Amino acid sequence: MSTSGEPIHDIFGSNGHGPTEYRRVYVWELPVRAYHWINATALVALCITGYLIGHPFHLLYAPEAYQQYWFGWVRFIHFASAWIYIMNFMARLYWGFVGNKYARLINFIPLKKSQRQEIMEVVKADVLQVKMHGPISTGHNALAAFIYFITFIVFLLQMITGFALYSNMSTSSIPRLFMWAVPLLGGEFGVRFWHHIFLWFFVCFVIIHIYLAFYHDYIEGRGTISSIVGGWKFERVKGDK
Amino acid sequence: MGPSIWQSMERKGYSRRDFLQFCAAAATAAGLGQSGVAQVAAAFEKKEKPAVVWMHFQECTCCSESFIRASHPIVLDALLDVLSLNYSETLMAASGFQAEKSLNDTIQNNKGKYIVLVEGAVPTHDGGVYCMIGGKTAESILQTVAKDAAAIIAWGSCASNGCVQAAKPNPTGATPIYKLVNKPVINVPGCPPIADVMMAVVTHMLVLGQVPALDSLNRPKEFYGRRVHDTCYRRPNYDAGLFVESWDDENARRGYCLYKMGCKGPVTYNACSVVKWNEGTSYPIQSGHGCIGCSEEGFWDNGPFYQHLPSFPGFGVESTADTIGTIVGVATLAGVAAHAAVTNVRKQKVIAEVHAEEQKES
Repeated sequence: MSTSGEPIHDIFGSNGHGPTEYRRVYVWELPVRAYHWINATALVALCITGYLIGHPFHLLYAPEAYQQYWFGWVRFIHFASAWIYIMNFMARLYWGFVGNKYARLINFIPLKKSQRQEIMEVVKADVLQVKMHGPISTGHNALAAFIYFITFIVFLLQMITGFALYSNMSTSSIPRLFMWAVPLLGGEFGVRFWHHIFLWFFVCFVIIHIYLAFYHDYIEGRGTISSIVGGWKFERVKGDK
Repeated sequence: MGPSIWQSMERKGYSRRDFLQFCAAAATAAGLGQSGVAQVAAAFEKKEKPAVVWMHFQECTCCSESFIRASHPIVLDALLDVLSLNYSETLMAASGFQAEKSLNDTIQNNKGKYIVLVEGAVPTHDGGVYCMIGGKTAESILQTVAKDAAAIIAWGSCASNGCVQAAKPNPTGATPIYKLVNKPVINVPGCPPIADVMMAVVTHMLVLGQVPALDSLNRPKEFYGRRVHDTCYRRPNYDAGLFVESWDDENARRGYCLYKMGCKGPVTYNACSVVKWNEGTSYPIQSGHGCIGCSEEGFWDNGPFYQHLPSFPGFGVESTADTIGTIVGVATLAGVAAHAAVTNVRKQKVIAEVHAEEQKES
């Protein structure tokens, strides 16, 4: 139908007055995007294998143990993903010091009053939806950034409890760095307990994160979803409202 | 100076051959092997019989019961002979004032040289009234005995980590020994500990005159350095994903892994699957029941025994971290769905707004 060769701005329905002008901003640098997707893949693998380790089901059947090793593979994937996840996280921490302003870790902590005010605004507009228009941040909004900061802390806690669970039996030095967590949490019972709790934090995080990515794209229409692929977001030129 | 171990054995009628057999067994138990026998024999010919006092506090005496069932009778007999077990409420002939005198004499005559074996936790609430012997509180007895001891061994989970007495809410304030004395304590946890492990720890101290290598919880690494799970003969079934699904099902009959039946082997450090019990006959998992983690701190508070994750505090017996997590996850999904519904109403308004803007512009 739309083969009439109309000028592009007409698609926006601006009746010859020119389209609303948007500027392209390079927000997510390649290391940030790479981090995001490696992290997402590893996290999903970790959650699924982690849940399976807690609740193994009858996936395959063989009468004798030597005939299969699937649970061993599940655990192997869990450990391998954990290492990828941690190394990737370390790289992200580094990038948090040298990357652009949207990647800087210091901006994830609401130290400034303006950030705290933005959090309140975001709660009103995007969480409770009692305000029609909230603040539009080019990178993370202040609330999202703060939640990522909390997530980073849970990353660390999950890493500590995960390593602690096999530190006693490990001969490699990195897991053994976390042996102190075992008596601190009341033995391996406690470590295991917290490792399971944090799994559910990540499950809830993933649900909310994916939803909100769609939500922002849906309501703001400036390329939130595609930004994590290409890195660009769009800003309205004359003061985004 | 008292008689040496060899002198005392000779006096009791043991032959030189018996003595050397004992030395070989002791060397093995202490982990020295064949090459260490001469060293052990030399030490036992000169070494004075060590004085030992065995204290009983809040406990059930299962540690003593276990100890006297060690699977190498020659070692055990000799051990009970070579040790000068001067005080033990369960095994001594003396009673009343005689017993008290024996304890005092041992402390006075062997200052800095005697070994204290403690069975049981010590109650600290209400001035320690919940465990008193001869009119004295367990804690005051412990302090007196521990003051001049060469070494203290905490037998069993009660003395090592409080065990059932210290389970929530711990009404008597049961406290493990290492928290009460400012001396290094060797913890030999288990409810009870394995007889051969107890024997080997004592033998190690006798033979080498030093404390065996200990882990971060002061347990001898030799016996508590590995998981029951990692040394379990059913471990291949775990890696293969073959689990017992309910008691007495076909999988149980086949001897599959008891992980899903709440086996605590994966979080328990002990030598059960290697040394086994009752002269190496069997151990819980071999007999078809999961490990309950009896040598781990707080195992009573991390139950039930038949689920492998502890119950989530405050949510009833059945709920684990995963049941709570599932509920929270579903609630999150519901919240997101509700939010999405509101968003769609708002989106209509945004579209209307954009239209209005366009109308104005045209």
